[in-house]
Amino acid sequence: MKTTRTTYISKLATDLKPSGIRRFFDLAAGMEGVISLGVGEPDFVTPWNIREAAINSLERGITSYTPNAGLLELREEIAFYMNDQFQVDYSPKDEIIVTVGASSAIDLALRTILDPGEEVIVVEPCFVSYVPMVELAGGVAVQVQATKENDFKIQPSQLEEVITSKTKAILLCSPNNPTGTMLNKEELEAIASLAIEHDLLIIADEIYAELSYDEEYTSMAAITGMRERTILISGFSKSFAMTGWRLGFVCSPIEISNAMLKVHQYALMCASTMSQYAAIEALRNGRPEVDEMVKSYRRRRNYIVQSFNEIGLECHEPGGAFYAFPSIQSTGLSSQAFAEQLLMKEGVAVVPGDVFGESGEGHIRCSYASSLDQLQEAVRRIKRFVDTLQETR
Amino acid sequence: MRLTAKEMEIVEILEKDARLATDVIAKMVGLSVEETKQAIKKLEDSKVLVRYISIVDWTKVENHPGVRAMIDVKVTPKRGVGFDEIAERIYRFDEVSDVYLMSGTYDLSIIVEGKSLNEVANFVSQKLSTLDSVISTTTHFILKKYKHDGIIFENDTNKDKRIVVSP
Ligand SMILES: Cc1ncc(COP(=O)(O)O)c(C=O)c1O
Repeated sequence: MKTTRTTYISKLATDLKPSGIRRFFDLAAGMEGVISLGVGEPDFVTPWNIREAAINSLERGITSYTPNAGLLELREEIAFYMNDQFQVDYSPKDEIIVTVGASSAIDLALRTILDPGEEVIVVEPCFVSYVPMVELAGGVAVQVQATKENDFKIQPSQLEEVITSKTKAILLCSPNNPTGTMLNKEELEAIASLAIEHDLLIIADEIYAELSYDEEYTSMAAITGMRERTILISGFSKSFAMTGWRLGFVCSPIEISNAMLKVHQYALMCASTMSQYAAIEALRNGRPEVDEMVKSYRRRRNYIVQSFNEIGLECHEPGGAFYAFPSIQSTGLSSQAFAEQLLMKEGVAVVPGDVFGESGEGHIRCSYASSLDQLQEAVRRIKRFVDTLQETR
Repeated sequence: MRLTAKEMEIVEILEKDARLATDVIAKMVGLSVEETKQAIKKLEDSKVLVRYISIVDWTKVENHPGVRAMIDVKVTPKRGVGFDEIAERIYRFDEVSDVYLMSGTYDLSIIVEGKSLNEVANFVSQKLSTLDSVISTTTHFILKKYKHDGIIFENDTNKDKRIVVSP
């Protein structure tokens, strides 16, 4: 008998929500003269010595696979770097896996730890991929909302409220995309003690750790008792301006790491070889460039946050990453309407806060990884837009 | 002179863009506009900020006939004053924009600017080589400027190639 299907697409894929970012990209991409504060990546080009290291590896004809976990030489550099910068201790041999961006590290972690129906608490507003990735891994994403009132810092009581017998892990990102909020040691400790009490894992997305501007950065894995239950995710995209190289890594205790390596070897084999050579150079000799970039981001943050507050868009001071997340509630518009009208009237692209989760509503994400000239022009245009809104109200 | 952290930041910012508005600098370093103005004035008065100049790409200007040459100069140092006296003799010429004392096979490296090859050649043969202490000169004309004072000319590496909106 002949069979016919109504669709070839899986239910899981069908049910995935289209990304709100995508819609804005489509709107903005066709327009001329747009100043974009909508970009989630550094405005720096990868430092030359790092690019040169990749070119050199190609010239030497190093074009084959690397070990599944990545070049040992690179893992050794990562181990040294993580210890040096964040006082966490991982064995390069069996506790570090080099991945295809932090993205694939998050995916890897989720697929390795989740049984069908197990819950992962996702703190919103957050990176748009978290919830879909949990769902694709067969888990259930339980969203909790960090709010403006708490400077977008999640309160332990909020987490406690949603912990059930099915909860397996909490997915945390600090400094955060989109809010820039960074959790300090005490705040991490409070969350850690919950994790310990309920025997939960913490997936700590620390990809923006280097980009912290005021306080010393504390890694979740450095909190007492947390190394054994933390899956620490980081990468080269943001701190070394290497987004297009697709290179990240994940550090975790040996048992988890071994299981992840099994998944990784079948799904991806290994990360790009030339990128790994570039990354070795980044870790060995990239420090001065990173420091320069951090300095530059900090100044731009100071400029943009104060400018937003002057315009009347209330903005908390983000401790890290390169995003400001001002409130646009004073305008009476929804974040979608604000972002859309701002784009159409003034040609400034920002990302409406609600695409990062419910509590992002009433805010817009403005990346300040743009030249100061662009930022100044964007501020002028946003001010004009907001002023016109106030007049017509 | 020791600078405070904020003063240091102001200098670093101005070194990259001397035309940045004071209120923008103020926000970047977290000072009031008035404090920033005072800090800049202090830095100017103490000649930490010496002058504000532009980096010009004269090659873009068709009717600008300028040429630059780097000249290696071997000299005989003088007792008591070493190289300083001859260096001063040389840097006093308006044609000379830079003078460095070098290690290696020659002593002074100087940069000379002129309207034409001829003008520079005349300067070298008539003024520079005739100085008593000058033993020899080697003149290299600059054909094209790729990078100057950390600024790359004519290169699209620094163009924003990112997609307009991304996660
Ligand atoms: C919070 C967060 N995690 C992970 C990623 C993905 O980074 P990668 O380029 O390493 O895959 C991003 C990128 O925007 C991010 O903002």
